[in-house]
Amino acid sequence: MNAPTLNPSADPARSPADSAELSLAASDDTPARGRDFTLALRIGLPLVLFAIVIWGWETYVRIAGVPHYVLPAPSRIMATMIADWPLLFGSLLQTLKTTFLGLALAIIGGVGLAVLLSLSRAIEYSLYPYAVVLQVTPVVAIAPLLLIYMPQETAVLTCAWIVAFFPILSNTTLGLQSVDRNLLELFDLYGSARPKWAPRWLGTFIARVKALYYLRGPAALPYFLGGLKIAGGLALIGAVVAEIAAGSAGAGSGLAYRIIESQFRLNIPRLFAALVLLSLTGVIIFLAMSAFSHMLLRRWHESAISQDK
Amino acid sequence: MTAQTAPSTAPSTGSISAPGHASGTALVKLQGVDKTFPNGTIALSGLDLTIREGEFVSLLGPSGCGKSTALRILAGLITATRGAINWDGGGDSLAHQRDIGFVFQEPTLMPWANVADNVYLPLRLRGVSRKAAAQAIDSCLSLVGLEQFAKSYPRELSGGMKMRVSIARALSLRPKLLLMDEPFAALDEITRFKLNDDILRLQREFGCTIVFVTHSVFESVYLSSRIVVMAARPGRIIAEIDVDAPRARDKDFRTTPAYGDYCRQASEALHGAMGFDEHL
Repeated sequence: MNAPTLNPSADPARSPADSAELSLAASDDTPARGRDFTLALRIGLPLVLFAIVIWGWETYVRIAGVPHYVLPAPSRIMATMIADWPLLFGSLLQTLKTTFLGLALAIIGGVGLAVLLSLSRAIEYSLYPYAVVLQVTPVVAIAPLLLIYMPQETAVLTCAWIVAFFPILSNTTLGLQSVDRNLLELFDLYGSARPKWAPRWLGTFIARVKALYYLRGPAALPYFLGGLKIAGGLALIGAVVAEIAAGSAGAGSGLAYRIIESQFRLNIPRLFAALVLLSLTGVIIFLAMSAFSHMLLRRWHESAISQDK
Repeated sequence: MTAQTAPSTAPSTGSISAPGHASGTALVKLQGVDKTFPNGTIALSGLDLTIREGEFVSLLGPSGCGKSTALRILAGLITATRGAINWDGGGDSLAHQRDIGFVFQEPTLMPWANVADNVYLPLRLRGVSRKAAAQAIDSCLSLVGLEQFAKSYPRELSGGMKMRVSIARALSLRPKLLLMDEPFAALDEITRFKLNDDILRLQREFGCTIVFVTHSVFESVYLSSRIVVMAARPGRIIAEIDVDAPRARDKDFRTTPAYGDYCRQASEALHGAMGFDEHL
Protein backbone atom coordinates (compact mmCIF):
# COMPACT_ATOMS: atom_id res chain seq x y z
CA MET A 1 0.00 0.00 0.00
CA ASN A 2 2.71 2.44 0.94
CA ALA A 3 5.17 1.34 -1.68
CA PRO A 4 3.75 3.45 -4.53
CA THR A 5 4.41 6.64 -2.57
CA LEU A 6 8.11 6.25 -3.24
CA ASN A 7 7.81 6.87 -6.96
CA PRO A 8 5.70 10.02 -7.07
CA SER A 9 7.54 11.55 -4.11
CA ALA A 10 10.75 11.22 -6.07
CA ASP A 11 9.31 13.78 -8.50
CA PRO A 12 9.00 16.85 -6.26
CA ALA A 13 12.39 16.04 -4.71
CA ARG A 14 13.90 16.51 -8.11
CA SER A 15 11.83 19.53 -8.97
CA PRO A 16 14.10 22.45 -7.89
CA ALA A 17 16.98 21.18 -9.97
CA ASP A 18 14.69 20.52 -12.92
CA SER A 19 13.08 23.94 -12.89
CA ALA A 20 16.48 25.62 -12.80
CA GLU A 21 17.47 23.57 -15.77
CA LEU A 22 14.20 24.45 -17.42
CA SER A 23 14.75 28.21 -17.30
CA LEU A 24 18.03 27.68 -19.10
CA ALA A 25 16.57 25.22 -21.55
CA ALA A 26 13.63 27.47 -22.40
CA SER A 27 15.85 29.86 -24.36
CA ASP A 28 17.34 26.79 -25.99
CA ASP A 29 14.27 26.24 -28.17
CA THR A 30 12.96 23.22 -26.24
CA PRO A 31 9.55 24.26 -24.88
CA ALA A 32 8.38 20.64 -25.20
CA ARG A 33 10.48 19.69 -22.19
CA GLY A 34 8.85 22.37 -20.06
CA ARG A 35 5.42 21.14 -21.05
CA ASP A 36 6.32 17.55 -20.20
CA PHE A 37 7.58 18.68 -16.84
CA THR A 38 4.40 20.66 -16.10
CA LEU A 39 2.34 17.64 -17.13
CA ALA A 40 4.37 15.40 -14.80
CA LEU A 41 3.74 17.85 -11.95
CA ARG A 42 0.04 18.06 -12.71
CA ILE A 43 -0.32 14.30 -12.60
CA GLY A 44 2.32 13.64 -9.95
CA LEU A 45 1.31 16.14 -7.27
CA PRO A 46 -2.31 15.00 -6.87
CA LEU A 47 -1.07 11.39 -6.71
CA VAL A 48 1.40 12.29 -3.96
CA LEU A 49 -1.33 14.06 -2.00
CA PHE A 50 -3.62 11.05 -2.47
CA ALA A 51 -0.95 8.66 -1.20
CA ILE A 52 -0.31 10.85 1.84
CA VAL A 53 -4.02 11.04 2.75
CA ILE A 54 -4.49 7.28 2.36
CA TRP A 55 -1.38 6.57 4.39
CA GLY A 56 -2.52 8.96 7.15
CA TRP A 57 -5.99 7.43 7.23
CA GLU A 58 -4.60 3.87 7.42
CA THR A 59 -2.13 4.81 10.17
CA TYR A 60 -4.75 6.67 12.22
CA VAL A 61 -7.24 3.80 12.08
CA ARG A 62 -4.55 1.30 13.14
CA ILE A 63 -2.98 3.35 15.93
CA ALA A 64 -6.24 4.62 17.40
CA GLY A 65 -7.89 1.21 16.95
CA VAL A 66 -11.05 2.65 15.38
CA PRO A 67 -13.65 -0.14 14.95
CA HIS A 68 -14.36 -0.91 11.28
CA TYR A 69 -18.11 -0.28 11.67
CA VAL A 70 -17.25 3.35 12.49
CA LEU A 71 -14.38 4.06 10.11
CA PRO A 72 -12.83 1.22 8.12
CA ALA A 73 -9.19 1.45 7.06
CA PRO A 74 -8.48 1.87 3.32
CA SER A 75 -6.99 -1.63 3.23
CA ARG A 76 -10.21 -3.07 4.64
CA ILE A 77 -12.32 -1.16 2.10
CA MET A 78 -10.13 -2.55 -0.64
CA ALA A 79 -10.49 -6.08 0.74
CA THR A 80 -14.29 -5.66 0.91
CA MET A 81 -14.33 -4.35 -2.63
CA ILE A 82 -12.62 -7.54 -3.81
CA ALA A 83 -14.67 -9.89 -1.64
CA ASP A 84 -18.03 -8.28 -2.54
CA TRP A 85 -17.10 -7.61 -6.15
CA PRO A 86 -19.83 -9.75 -7.81
CA LEU A 87 -22.54 -7.99 -5.81
CA LEU A 88 -21.05 -4.50 -6.18
CA PHE A 89 -20.32 -4.97 -9.87
CA GLY A 90 -23.93 -5.95 -10.52
CA SER A 91 -25.08 -2.82 -8.73
CA LEU A 92 -22.57 -0.71 -10.63
CA LEU A 93 -23.92 -1.98 -13.94
CA GLN A 94 -27.45 -1.21 -12.80
CA THR A 95 -26.54 2.36 -11.86
CA LEU A 96 -24.54 2.86 -15.05
CA LYS A 97 -27.47 1.61 -17.10
CA THR A 98 -29.83 4.08 -15.44
CA THR A 99 -27.36 6.94 -15.77
CA PHE A 100 -26.59 6.47 -19.44
CA LEU A 101 -30.14 5.68 -20.45
CA GLY A 102 -31.27 8.81 -18.57
CA LEU A 103 -28.53 10.83 -20.21
CA ALA A 104 -29.36 9.52 -23.68
CA LEU A 105 -33.04 10.36 -23.22
CA ALA A 106 -32.05 13.79 -21.88
CA ILE A 107 -29.94 14.41 -25.00
CA ILE A 108 -32.75 13.36 -27.32
CA GLY A 109 -35.35 15.35 -25.39
CA GLY A 110 -33.18 18.37 -24.67
CA VAL A 111 -31.78 18.80 -28.17
CA GLY A 112 -35.11 17.97 -29.77
CA LEU A 113 -36.98 20.51 -27.67
CA ALA A 114 -34.28 23.14 -28.18
CA VAL A 115 -34.58 22.70 -31.94
CA LEU A 116 -38.38 22.97 -31.74
CA LEU A 117 -38.09 26.10 -29.61
CA SER A 118 -35.71 27.65 -32.13
CA LEU A 119 -38.07 26.91 -35.03
CA SER A 120 -41.22 28.28 -33.47
CA ARG A 121 -41.76 31.18 -31.11
CA ALA A 122 -45.19 29.84 -30.17
CA ILE A 123 -43.73 26.55 -28.94
CA GLU A 124 -40.94 28.39 -27.12
CA TYR A 125 -43.36 30.63 -25.25
CA SER A 126 -45.70 27.82 -24.26
CA LEU A 127 -43.17 25.15 -23.20
CA TYR A 128 -40.10 26.88 -21.80
CA PRO A 129 -41.63 27.98 -18.46
CA TYR A 130 -42.58 24.37 -17.69
CA ALA A 131 -39.08 23.16 -18.46
CA VAL A 132 -37.83 25.69 -15.90
CA VAL A 133 -40.39 24.55 -13.31
CA LEU A 134 -39.30 20.97 -13.87
CA GLN A 135 -35.72 22.00 -13.28
CA VAL A 136 -36.08 24.18 -10.19
CA THR A 137 -38.21 21.65 -8.33
CA PRO A 138 -35.75 19.54 -6.32
CA VAL A 139 -35.74 15.98 -7.64
CA VAL A 140 -35.47 14.53 -4.17
CA ALA A 141 -38.94 15.92 -3.60
CA ILE A 142 -40.39 14.40 -6.77
CA ALA A 143 -38.72 11.00 -6.46
CA PRO A 144 -41.12 9.52 -3.85
CA LEU A 145 -44.09 10.59 -5.98
CA LEU A 146 -42.63 9.05 -9.10
CA LEU A 147 -42.14 5.84 -7.15
CA ILE A 148 -45.83 5.75 -6.37
CA TYR A 149 -46.98 6.23 -9.96
CA MET A 150 -44.36 4.31 -11.87
CA PRO A 151 -42.61 0.96 -11.72
CA GLN A 152 -39.44 1.38 -9.71
CA GLU A 153 -36.99 1.15 -12.61
CA THR A 154 -38.93 3.63 -14.72
CA ALA A 155 -39.14 6.03 -11.79
CA VAL A 156 -35.37 5.93 -11.25
CA LEU A 157 -34.77 6.46 -14.95
CA THR A 158 -37.20 9.38 -15.00
CA CYS A 159 -35.33 11.04 -12.16
CA ALA A 160 -32.00 10.73 -13.98
CA TRP A 161 -33.68 12.12 -17.09
CA ILE A 162 -35.29 15.12 -15.37
CA VAL A 163 -32.07 16.43 -13.86
CA ALA A 164 -29.93 15.81 -16.94
CA PHE A 165 -32.48 17.25 -19.33
CA PHE A 166 -32.39 20.91 -18.37
CA PRO A 167 -28.69 21.78 -18.78
CA ILE A 168 -28.83 20.28 -22.25
CA LEU A 169 -32.01 22.13 -23.14
CA SER A 170 -30.88 25.51 -21.83
CA ASN A 171 -27.35 25.31 -23.20
CA THR A 172 -28.47 24.12 -26.62
CA THR A 173 -31.16 26.81 -26.77
CA LEU A 174 -28.58 29.46 -25.89
CA GLY A 175 -26.19 28.03 -28.48
CA LEU A 176 -28.78 28.00 -31.22
CA GLN A 177 -29.39 31.70 -30.58
CA SER A 178 -25.74 32.67 -30.48
CA VAL A 179 -24.92 32.70 -34.18
CA ASP A 180 -23.09 35.76 -35.46
CA ARG A 181 -25.84 38.17 -36.58
CA ASN A 182 -23.88 39.04 -39.71
CA LEU A 183 -23.68 35.37 -40.66
CA LEU A 184 -27.47 35.19 -40.46
CA GLU A 185 -27.70 38.25 -42.71
CA LEU A 186 -25.32 36.61 -45.12
CA PHE A 187 -27.61 33.64 -45.01
CA ASP A 188 -30.58 35.89 -45.84
CA LEU A 189 -28.64 37.24 -48.78
CA TYR A 190 -27.61 33.91 -50.25
CA GLY A 191 -30.05 31.39 -48.94
CA SER A 192 -33.48 32.96 -48.61
CA ALA A 193 -34.65 32.43 -52.17
CA ARG A 194 -37.68 30.18 -51.80
CA PRO A 195 -38.88 27.75 -54.46
CA LYS A 196 -41.57 29.24 -56.69
CA TRP A 197 -44.15 26.60 -55.79
CA ALA A 198 -43.83 27.13 -52.06
CA PRO A 199 -46.20 29.41 -50.16
CA ARG A 200 -44.63 32.13 -48.04
CA TRP A 201 -44.88 30.35 -44.68
CA LEU A 202 -43.29 27.22 -46.10
CA GLY A 203 -40.50 29.34 -47.57
CA THR A 204 -39.86 30.85 -44.14
CA PHE A 205 -39.89 27.41 -42.58
CA ILE A 206 -37.46 25.98 -45.13
CA ALA A 207 -35.14 28.96 -44.62
CA ARG A 208 -35.24 28.36 -40.85
CA VAL A 209 -34.45 24.68 -41.21
CA LYS A 210 -31.57 25.53 -43.53
CA ALA A 211 -30.21 28.13 -41.12
CA LEU A 212 -30.51 25.57 -38.35
CA TYR A 213 -28.51 23.03 -40.30
CA TYR A 214 -25.84 25.27 -41.74
CA LEU A 215 -25.34 27.89 -39.03
CA ARG A 216 -27.21 27.45 -35.77
CA GLY A 217 -26.40 23.78 -35.31
CA PRO A 218 -22.62 24.08 -35.61
CA ALA A 219 -22.64 27.31 -33.58
CA ALA A 220 -24.57 25.54 -30.82
CA LEU A 221 -22.20 22.57 -30.64
CA PRO A 222 -19.79 24.01 -28.02
CA TYR A 223 -22.73 25.09 -25.86
CA PHE A 224 -24.37 21.68 -26.19
CA LEU A 225 -21.13 19.94 -25.20
CA GLY A 226 -20.82 22.24 -22.17
CA GLY A 227 -24.35 21.20 -21.21
CA LEU A 228 -23.49 17.56 -21.79
CA LYS A 229 -20.57 17.77 -19.36
CA ILE A 230 -22.89 19.04 -16.64
CA ALA A 231 -25.68 16.65 -17.58
CA GLY A 232 -23.41 13.60 -17.40
CA GLY A 233 -22.68 14.28 -13.73
CA LEU A 234 -26.27 15.25 -13.01
CA ALA A 235 -27.68 12.08 -14.55
CA LEU A 236 -25.60 10.08 -12.07
CA ILE A 237 -26.82 12.26 -9.21
CA GLY A 238 -30.42 11.87 -10.38
CA ALA A 239 -30.04 8.11 -10.55
CA VAL A 240 -28.51 8.00 -7.05
CA VAL A 241 -31.19 10.22 -5.53
CA ALA A 242 -33.93 8.06 -6.99
CA GLU A 243 -32.22 4.85 -5.91
CA ILE A 244 -31.95 6.18 -2.37
CA ALA A 245 -35.63 7.08 -2.39
CA ALA A 246 -36.43 3.65 -3.78
CA GLY A 247 -33.95 2.03 -1.38
CA SER A 248 -35.69 3.45 1.67
CA ALA A 249 -38.82 1.81 0.28
CA GLY A 250 -36.91 -1.49 0.45
CA ALA A 251 -36.45 -2.13 -3.26
CA GLY A 252 -33.63 -1.65 -5.70
CA SER A 253 -30.30 -2.98 -6.79
CA GLY A 254 -28.13 0.00 -7.80
CA LEU A 255 -25.03 1.28 -6.00
CA ALA A 256 -26.98 3.89 -4.03
CA TYR A 257 -29.31 1.14 -2.84
CA ARG A 258 -26.23 -0.82 -1.69
CA ILE A 259 -25.20 2.24 0.33
CA ILE A 260 -28.57 2.45 2.07
CA GLU A 261 -28.61 -1.30 2.63
CA SER A 262 -25.06 -1.35 4.02
CA GLN A 263 -25.92 1.50 6.38
CA PHE A 264 -28.89 -0.46 7.78
CA ARG A 265 -26.69 -3.51 8.25
CA LEU A 266 -23.79 -1.49 9.66
CA ASN A 267 -21.61 -2.94 6.91
CA ILE A 268 -19.59 0.28 6.71
CA PRO A 269 -16.68 -1.13 4.66
CA ARG A 270 -19.11 -2.11 1.93
CA LEU A 271 -20.75 1.32 2.12
CA PHE A 272 -17.34 2.90 1.51
CA ALA A 273 -16.60 0.48 -1.32
CA ALA A 274 -19.88 1.41 -3.03
CA LEU A 275 -19.10 5.09 -2.48
CA VAL A 276 -15.66 4.69 -4.08
CA LEU A 277 -17.24 3.04 -7.11
CA LEU A 278 -19.84 5.81 -7.41
CA SER A 279 -17.25 8.51 -7.26
CA LEU A 280 -15.02 6.71 -9.76
CA THR A 281 -18.02 6.46 -12.07
CA GLY A 282 -18.58 10.21 -11.77
CA VAL A 283 -14.93 10.94 -12.55
CA ILE A 284 -14.92 8.62 -15.55
CA ILE A 285 -18.13 10.14 -16.92
CA PHE A 286 -16.65 13.62 -16.57
CA LEU A 287 -13.38 12.63 -18.25
CA ALA A 288 -15.22 10.86 -21.06
CA MET A 289 -17.42 13.90 -21.72
CA SER A 290 -14.40 16.23 -21.66
CA ALA A 291 -12.49 14.02 -24.07
CA PHE A 292 -15.51 13.79 -26.37
CA SER A 293 -15.95 17.54 -26.34
CA HIS A 294 -12.26 18.17 -26.93
CA MET A 295 -12.27 15.77 -29.86
CA LEU A 296 -15.13 17.60 -31.57
CA LEU A 297 -13.93 21.14 -30.91
CA ARG A 298 -10.15 20.96 -31.00
CA ARG A 299 -9.82 22.34 -34.53
CA TRP A 300 -11.80 25.51 -34.08
CA HIS A 301 -13.18 26.41 -30.66
CA GLU A 302 -11.28 28.59 -28.21
CA SER A 303 -12.19 26.46 -25.19
CA ALA A 304 -10.50 23.41 -26.69
CA ILE A 305 -7.57 25.35 -28.09
CA SER A 306 -6.53 26.85 -24.76
CA GLN A 307 -6.16 23.33 -23.42
CA ASP A 308 -3.60 22.62 -26.12
CA LYS A 309 -1.31 25.41 -24.99
CA MET B 1 3.81 49.55 -64.30
CA THR B 2 0.55 48.04 -63.23
CA ALA B 3 -1.20 49.58 -66.21
CA GLN B 4 0.86 47.51 -68.61
CA THR B 5 0.33 44.28 -66.72
CA ALA B 6 -3.43 44.52 -67.04
CA PRO B 7 -4.24 45.19 -70.69
CA SER B 8 -7.57 43.37 -70.50
CA THR B 9 -8.99 46.11 -68.31
CA ALA B 10 -8.39 48.87 -70.83
CA PRO B 11 -11.88 48.85 -72.36
CA SER B 12 -13.76 48.93 -69.08
CA THR B 13 -11.48 51.64 -67.69
CA GLY B 14 -12.13 53.61 -70.83
CA SER B 15 -15.87 53.50 -70.41
CA ILE B 16 -15.61 54.71 -66.84
CA SER B 17 -13.28 57.62 -67.39
CA ALA B 18 -14.94 58.64 -70.63
CA PRO B 19 -16.34 62.21 -70.53
CA GLY B 20 -19.80 62.19 -69.03
CA HIS B 21 -20.05 59.15 -66.81
CA ALA B 22 -23.62 58.63 -67.90
CA SER B 23 -22.27 56.63 -70.81
CA GLY B 24 -21.83 53.52 -68.59
CA THR B 25 -25.04 51.49 -68.38
CA ALA B 26 -26.86 51.94 -65.12
CA LEU B 27 -26.78 48.77 -63.03
CA VAL B 28 -29.09 50.01 -60.30
CA LYS B 29 -30.84 53.29 -59.53
CA LEU B 30 -32.04 54.43 -56.14
CA GLN B 31 -34.67 57.14 -56.54
CA GLY B 32 -36.00 59.22 -53.68
CA VAL B 33 -35.21 56.51 -51.17
CA ASP B 34 -36.17 57.18 -47.54
CA LYS B 35 -35.47 54.92 -44.64
CA THR B 36 -36.98 55.52 -41.24
CA PHE B 37 -36.26 52.93 -38.55
CA PRO B 38 -39.02 51.78 -36.21
CA ASN B 39 -37.50 53.85 -33.40
CA GLY B 40 -38.05 57.00 -35.48
CA THR B 41 -34.47 57.54 -36.62
CA ILE B 42 -34.40 58.93 -40.15
CA ALA B 43 -31.44 57.09 -41.66
CA LEU B 44 -31.93 58.24 -45.24
CA SER B 45 -33.95 61.00 -46.79
CA GLY B 46 -34.53 61.41 -50.51
CA LEU B 47 -31.50 59.47 -51.67
CA ASP B 48 -30.87 59.50 -55.42
CA LEU B 49 -27.99 57.32 -56.46
CA THR B 50 -27.13 55.60 -59.71
CA ILE B 51 -24.54 52.84 -59.83
CA ARG B 52 -23.18 52.17 -63.31
CA GLU B 53 -21.57 49.03 -64.57
CA GLY B 54 -17.84 48.72 -63.88
CA GLU B 55 -17.75 51.64 -61.45
CA PHE B 56 -16.01 51.77 -58.10
CA VAL B 57 -18.23 53.98 -55.98
CA SER B 58 -17.26 54.93 -52.44
CA LEU B 59 -19.89 56.11 -50.00
CA LEU B 60 -17.96 58.47 -47.74
CA GLY B 61 -19.40 60.16 -44.69
CA PRO B 62 -19.40 60.57 -40.92
CA SER B 63 -20.94 57.82 -38.82
CA GLY B 64 -24.71 57.92 -38.77
CA CYS B 65 -25.00 59.32 -42.31
CA GLY B 66 -26.80 56.23 -43.54
CA LYS B 67 -24.08 54.91 -45.82
CA SER B 68 -24.36 51.38 -44.45
CA THR B 69 -28.14 51.64 -44.60
CA ALA B 70 -27.93 52.55 -48.28
CA LEU B 71 -25.70 49.54 -48.85
CA ARG B 72 -28.10 47.23 -47.04
CA ILE B 73 -31.01 48.53 -49.08
CA LEU B 74 -29.01 47.78 -52.23
CA ALA B 75 -28.37 44.26 -50.95
CA GLY B 76 -32.03 43.74 -50.14
CA LEU B 77 -31.18 43.05 -46.48
CA ILE B 78 -33.57 45.82 -45.43
CA THR B 79 -36.36 47.50 -47.37
CA ALA B 80 -36.70 51.21 -48.01
CA THR B 81 -39.55 53.08 -46.34
CA ARG B 82 -40.23 55.05 -49.51
CA GLY B 83 -38.70 55.38 -52.94
CA ALA B 84 -37.80 53.13 -55.83
CA ILE B 85 -34.93 50.79 -56.50
CA ASN B 86 -34.65 50.04 -60.20
CA TRP B 87 -32.34 47.32 -61.31
CA ASP B 88 -31.01 47.03 -64.78
CA GLY B 89 -33.87 45.32 -66.59
CA GLY B 90 -36.36 45.97 -63.77
CA GLY B 91 -37.36 43.72 -60.89
CA ASP B 92 -36.68 43.94 -57.19
CA SER B 93 -33.44 43.27 -55.37
CA LEU B 94 -34.45 39.72 -54.43
CA ALA B 95 -34.30 38.67 -58.06
CA HIS B 96 -30.86 40.20 -58.25
CA GLN B 97 -29.41 38.73 -55.11
CA ARG B 98 -27.64 36.08 -57.12
CA ASP B 99 -25.55 38.86 -58.60
CA ILE B 100 -24.59 40.48 -55.31
CA GLY B 101 -21.61 39.77 -53.09
CA PHE B 102 -21.51 41.33 -49.64
CA VAL B 103 -18.50 41.91 -47.38
CA PHE B 104 -19.03 43.01 -43.78
CA GLN B 105 -16.76 45.05 -41.55
CA GLU B 106 -15.88 41.86 -39.67
CA PRO B 107 -14.73 38.83 -41.63
CA THR B 108 -17.87 36.99 -40.39
CA LEU B 109 -16.50 33.52 -41.07
CA MET B 110 -17.86 30.28 -39.68
CA PRO B 111 -15.24 29.28 -37.08
CA TRP B 112 -16.16 25.60 -37.33
CA ALA B 113 -15.46 25.38 -41.07
CA ASN B 114 -12.14 25.57 -42.85
CA VAL B 115 -11.32 28.27 -45.38
CA ALA B 116 -12.52 26.31 -48.41
CA ASP B 117 -15.83 25.44 -46.74
CA ASN B 118 -16.35 29.07 -45.77
CA VAL B 119 -15.91 30.13 -49.38
CA TYR B 120 -18.21 27.27 -50.39
CA LEU B 121 -21.13 28.51 -48.22
CA PRO B 122 -22.90 30.74 -50.78
CA LEU B 123 -22.57 28.04 -53.44
CA ARG B 124 -23.76 25.40 -51.00
CA LEU B 125 -26.83 27.47 -50.16
CA ARG B 126 -27.55 27.66 -53.89
CA GLY B 127 -27.46 23.86 -54.05
CA VAL B 128 -24.15 23.49 -55.88
CA SER B 129 -22.41 20.22 -54.97
CA ARG B 130 -18.98 20.33 -53.37
CA LYS B 131 -17.47 18.66 -56.41
CA ALA B 132 -18.99 21.09 -58.88
CA ALA B 133 -17.92 23.99 -56.68
CA ALA B 134 -14.33 22.85 -56.19
CA GLN B 135 -12.96 24.80 -59.11
CA ALA B 136 -14.83 27.99 -58.24
CA ILE B 137 -13.53 27.74 -54.67
CA ASP B 138 -9.94 27.25 -55.84
CA SER B 139 -10.08 30.14 -58.26
CA CYS B 140 -11.61 32.48 -55.65
CA LEU B 141 -8.94 31.52 -53.14
CA SER B 142 -6.15 32.08 -55.63
CA LEU B 143 -7.67 35.46 -56.52
CA VAL B 144 -7.03 36.54 -52.93
CA GLY B 145 -3.75 34.64 -52.69
CA LEU B 146 -4.88 32.07 -50.13
CA GLU B 147 -4.82 28.86 -52.17
CA GLN B 148 -2.40 27.26 -49.70
CA PHE B 149 -4.71 27.93 -46.78
CA ALA B 150 -7.78 26.08 -48.06
CA LYS B 151 -7.62 23.58 -45.20
CA SER B 152 -6.82 26.11 -42.45
CA TYR B 153 -9.37 27.20 -39.90
CA PRO B 154 -10.23 30.89 -39.40
CA ARG B 155 -8.58 31.02 -35.98
CA GLU B 156 -5.27 30.09 -37.58
CA LEU B 157 -5.34 33.15 -39.85
CA SER B 158 -4.41 36.79 -39.29
CA GLY B 159 -7.03 39.56 -39.46
CA GLY B 160 -6.04 40.50 -43.00
CA MET B 161 -6.17 36.90 -44.17
CA LYS B 162 -9.62 36.43 -42.64
CA MET B 163 -10.79 39.47 -44.55
CA ARG B 164 -9.37 37.96 -47.74
CA VAL B 165 -11.37 34.79 -47.10
CA SER B 166 -14.44 36.93 -46.61
CA ILE B 167 -13.78 38.64 -49.96
CA ALA B 168 -13.18 35.29 -51.65
CA ARG B 169 -16.52 34.10 -50.29
CA ALA B 170 -18.27 37.18 -51.66
CA LEU B 171 -16.71 36.49 -55.06
CA SER B 172 -17.63 32.80 -55.11
CA LEU B 173 -20.93 33.40 -56.88
CA ARG B 174 -19.18 35.59 -59.48
CA PRO B 175 -21.32 38.59 -58.56
CA LYS B 176 -21.92 41.53 -60.86
CA LEU B 177 -22.04 43.85 -57.90
CA LEU B 178 -19.80 43.68 -54.85
CA LEU B 179 -21.00 45.59 -51.78
CA MET B 180 -18.42 46.26 -49.08
CA ASP B 181 -19.35 47.75 -45.71
CA GLU B 182 -16.19 49.32 -44.24
CA PRO B 183 -14.35 46.06 -44.83
CA PHE B 184 -10.91 47.27 -43.81
CA ALA B 185 -11.84 49.61 -40.96
CA ALA B 186 -10.71 47.18 -38.28
CA LEU B 187 -7.34 46.43 -39.87
CA ASP B 188 -4.00 48.13 -39.35
CA GLU B 189 -2.89 50.61 -41.98
CA ILE B 190 -0.21 48.43 -43.58
CA THR B 191 -2.63 45.55 -44.05
CA ARG B 192 -5.25 48.01 -45.28
CA PHE B 193 -2.91 49.40 -47.98
CA LYS B 194 -2.15 45.88 -49.11
CA LEU B 195 -5.82 44.96 -49.30
CA ASN B 196 -6.62 48.22 -51.11
CA ASP B 197 -4.21 47.19 -53.86
CA ASP B 198 -5.71 43.71 -53.86
CA ILE B 199 -9.23 45.00 -54.27
CA LEU B 200 -8.18 47.24 -57.18
CA ARG B 201 -6.50 44.28 -58.84
CA LEU B 202 -9.55 42.09 -58.17
CA GLN B 203 -11.83 44.57 -59.84
CA ARG B 204 -9.55 44.74 -62.89
CA GLU B 205 -9.36 40.96 -63.18
CA PHE B 206 -12.94 40.31 -62.27
CA GLY B 207 -14.67 43.24 -63.90
CA CYS B 208 -17.35 43.61 -61.23
CA THR B 209 -18.97 46.80 -60.01
CA ILE B 210 -18.07 47.76 -56.43
CA VAL B 211 -19.87 49.94 -53.92
CA PHE B 212 -17.59 50.57 -50.96
CA VAL B 213 -18.60 52.19 -47.67
CA THR B 214 -15.77 53.94 -45.84
CA HIS B 215 -15.06 56.83 -43.53
CA SER B 216 -11.52 57.26 -44.77
CA VAL B 217 -10.99 60.09 -47.27
CA PHE B 218 -7.67 58.64 -48.43
CA GLU B 219 -9.02 55.17 -48.94
CA SER B 220 -11.97 56.46 -50.96
CA VAL B 221 -9.75 58.58 -53.23
CA TYR B 222 -7.26 55.78 -53.73
CA LEU B 223 -9.88 53.22 -54.68
CA SER B 224 -12.77 55.00 -56.33
CA SER B 225 -13.81 56.11 -59.73
CA ARG B 226 -16.52 58.14 -57.98
CA ILE B 227 -16.89 59.33 -54.42
CA VAL B 228 -20.34 59.98 -53.00
CA VAL B 229 -20.08 62.19 -49.92
CA MET B 230 -22.93 61.89 -47.46
CA ALA B 231 -24.08 63.93 -44.48
CA ALA B 232 -25.96 62.82 -41.40
CA ARG B 233 -29.32 63.61 -39.81
CA PRO B 234 -30.98 63.00 -42.12
CA GLY B 235 -28.70 60.83 -44.25
CA ARG B 236 -28.33 62.38 -47.70
CA ILE B 237 -25.84 62.97 -50.50
CA ILE B 238 -24.13 66.35 -50.42
CA ALA B 239 -21.44 65.93 -53.05
CA GLU B 240 -20.25 63.61 -55.79
CA ILE B 241 -16.64 63.67 -56.87
CA ASP B 242 -15.45 61.93 -60.01
CA VAL B 243 -11.92 60.68 -59.60
CA ASP B 244 -10.65 61.00 -63.15
CA ALA B 245 -7.41 59.11 -62.70
CA PRO B 246 -6.50 55.91 -64.53
CA ARG B 247 -7.99 52.85 -62.83
CA ALA B 248 -4.67 51.03 -62.73
CA ARG B 249 -3.30 52.54 -59.52
CA ASP B 250 -0.44 51.65 -57.24
CA LYS B 251 1.36 53.27 -54.35
CA ASP B 252 2.81 55.93 -56.67
CA PHE B 253 -0.70 57.29 -57.15
CA ARG B 254 -0.62 58.44 -53.53
CA THR B 255 2.24 60.83 -54.34
CA THR B 256 0.67 62.43 -57.43
CA PRO B 257 -0.72 66.00 -57.27
CA ALA B 258 -4.07 64.70 -58.57
CA TYR B 259 -4.37 62.41 -55.53
CA GLY B 260 -3.74 65.36 -53.23
CA ASP B 261 -6.33 67.45 -55.05
CA TYR B 262 -9.00 64.79 -54.80
CA CYS B 263 -8.22 64.27 -51.12
CA ARG B 264 -8.61 68.01 -50.54
CA GLN B 265 -11.92 68.07 -52.43
CA ALA B 266 -13.27 65.09 -50.53
CA SER B 267 -12.11 66.45 -47.17
CA GLU B 268 -13.75 69.80 -47.83
CA ALA B 269 -17.00 68.16 -48.85
CA LEU B 270 -16.84 65.97 -45.76
CA HIS B 271 -16.08 68.99 -43.60
CA GLY B 272 -19.11 70.71 -45.07
CA ALA B 273 -21.14 67.65 -44.10
CA MET B 274 -19.91 67.79 -40.52
CA GLY B 275 -20.28 71.59 -40.26
CA PHE B 276 -23.85 71.51 -41.44
CA ASP B 277 -24.46 68.82 -38.89
CA GLU B 278 -23.39 71.07 -36.02
CA HIS B 279 -26.11 73.61 -36.82
CA LEU B 280 -28.80 71.01 -36.33
